[in-house]
Amino acid sequence: MYRYDQYDETLVKERAAEFRGQVARRLSGDLSEEEFKPLRLMNGLYLQLHAYMLRIAIPYGSLSSAQLRRLAHIARKYDKGYGHFTTRQNIQFNWPALIDVPDILDDLAEVSMHAIQTSGNCIRNITSDPYAGAAAGEVDDPRIWSEVIRQWSSLHPEFSFLPRKFKIAVTASEEDRAAIKVHDIGLKLYRNEKGDRGFEVLVGGGLGRTPYIAETVRKFLPEKHLLSYLEAILRVYNQHGRRDNKYKARIKILVAADVEDFRRQVDEEWLKSDRERLDAPLSELLRIRRHFAPPRFETLDDESAALAAARGEYGEFDRWVATNARPHRQAGYAIVNISLKPIGKPPGDIAADQMEAVAELCERYSFDEARATHEQNLVLPHVKKDDLFAVWRGLDDAGLATANIGLISDIIACPGLDYCDLANARSIPVAQKIAERFADPDEAADIGELKIKISGCINACGHHHAGHIGILGVDKKGDEFYQITLGGSGADDASIGAITGRGFASGEVVGAISRLVEFYKENRKTGERFLDAYRRLGPDPFKEVLYVDASTV
Amino acid sequence: MSTLRLSDAGIAIDDRSYGEEITLESWRDGVRPEAGRFAISIPNTEDVDALGEIVRFFSAVILDFPSFQDGRAYSQARILRERLNFTGEIRARGAVLCDQVLFMARAGFDAFEIGAGDADGFRRALSAYSVFYQPAADSSVPIRDLRAAKRAAA
Repeated sequence: MYRYDQYDETLVKERAAEFRGQVARRLSGDLSEEEFKPLRLMNGLYLQLHAYMLRIAIPYGSLSSAQLRRLAHIARKYDKGYGHFTTRQNIQFNWPALIDVPDILDDLAEVSMHAIQTSGNCIRNITSDPYAGAAAGEVDDPRIWSEVIRQWSSLHPEFSFLPRKFKIAVTASEEDRAAIKVHDIGLKLYRNEKGDRGFEVLVGGGLGRTPYIAETVRKFLPEKHLLSYLEAILRVYNQHGRRDNKYKARIKILVAADVEDFRRQVDEEWLKSDRERLDAPLSELLRIRRHFAPPRFETLDDESAALAAARGEYGEFDRWVATNARPHRQAGYAIVNISLKPIGKPPGDIAADQMEAVAELCERYSFDEARATHEQNLVLPHVKKDDLFAVWRGLDDAGLATANIGLISDIIACPGLDYCDLANARSIPVAQKIAERFADPDEAADIGELKIKISGCINACGHHHAGHIGILGVDKKGDEFYQITLGGSGADDASIGAITGRGFASGEVVGAISRLVEFYKENRKTGERFLDAYRRLGPDPFKEVLYVDASTV
Repeated sequence: MSTLRLSDAGIAIDDRSYGEEITLESWRDGVRPEAGRFAISIPNTEDVDALGEIVRFFSAVILDFPSFQDGRAYSQARILRERLNFTGEIRARGAVLCDQVLFMARAGFDAFEIGAGDADGFRRALSAYSVFYQPAADSSVPIRDLRAAKRAAA
């Protein structure tokens, strides 16, 4: 993991001190709420329906046990005992008092954490593959490059007042676990035919009101030029992105208007720039790289007798391993996914005690590292197969052993009308009802991979466009209605889901989802996922079963 | 309204005048102040890169922040300093708030039109940070170079 040095530490402490001053000016009345708003937003502090919400950055989702314990402490002392993991690998607290926020930032600074640029029209938290350094098939560790970008983008003097927010995701694998095609910039590190490492640079992806899949603006960028090329993209966007209409201000609108012209402008700017000065020097890249050296894995057989025996003995454990564990690049190790989607609970929520339980397990069994995922779950990246049973018991004791990763009840949902003042409809209760309907683990396993994503408004924080089944809450004359989209994906086969037709009342959503699932089960080929069946059969038969019930409006 | 200026000597409110102030539009129409010394105001929609060599005629450039959220002038200032090597004054006008002044200074601004009595807040804000990650248009040494220097000294 990256460890702060004196410079990183100084910067984060100075930021916390600056915000303490700004809060004092607000509390004394020197600043009006209107004047204070942009300042708090630069520090991840939103005013929501009922209270302030503080969003804390977790760069590329990476967390140590000390950081998890500190988050637990913050949840207990300043909040209602829980936190909520977001779709951008961040965590948010829903109930802090303004007067406490400077103390929270001080507490975070002590464990190398902050809330810098978790909101505002600036470069947001850099996200990456939660399996970085653990999954097979990576050409490099994407965390190295994420950290390079994190430092470059922090308090950037030119790019802190962009037309709109700006999100960057990095992967170094063919299998996209970071949803790079729905980011403002998606970076995919790979080796070209000469064997050189470089980035495919995708620009202009995004969800929201007008969803787009990102365009490849540069097929191969030598890795050493990453920062100068990012500067060129951001400079073109800063100068030419629309500022007259908030809903047309994201870079995707600029790219979609004329991708060739956009590419030409970026290349022109890049060729004129002082690349030597803007790019990170090799010595700095090496320094950062050293922080991500592989942990000291033991040399083990890939087969674990202890694991086989425990799987034979305990059916629930066996199911959890099958659903939540993934292959590791190191023989004898596994990647463990911790579901934050227990049936009937808000997706992504975690209690303070549970954070501490994960801290304990990651310290003891996973080289002191845990990860947050963009699907609102957690990961223990490096667990010995021999230890899986102990980890499962620890998770089970903490209520964290739900075996549903990638299945129908592993739902992404935004906070919705329960918390958010932008929302038109509630998201969490819909997620809960669907999860309850498909609570039977045998049925869920039989259905297989099915990604349901729910947003409570058109801003699409729940990524409904990228759901195999997407659900969008809309307000219809004061009642909550839900539109269903089908065929979306945020993975390497990215696509935007298509709207099926008129919306469903909240009481009808579970029935509608059930009809889709039943139709899929009857018509799938062996081993075919819901998404693949949809792509093969096309939208019409699915729409037919969706609207078979005439009671829909 | 007063002007806060940064120089090697420090931060000062001063009344230095650049004589006449003209707009880029009038310059293009052929206006040439007699003294040869003047400040020119440039809208934030202008591609300053295209001005090229002519910037050497300007004593001061005034860039505009129609609202603090409109950050186009940050790019203009950096291009003037880092690409066109403009050495005259770059002055911020409009929504110039103390909480953004350090970004402006790093982007190459060295003068700020501020409300009378705001100077203390600006002074405080300009010294809020001692370290910076990125190379920009100011004279601060980026963290990566501080690290390299420290390694070299060790």
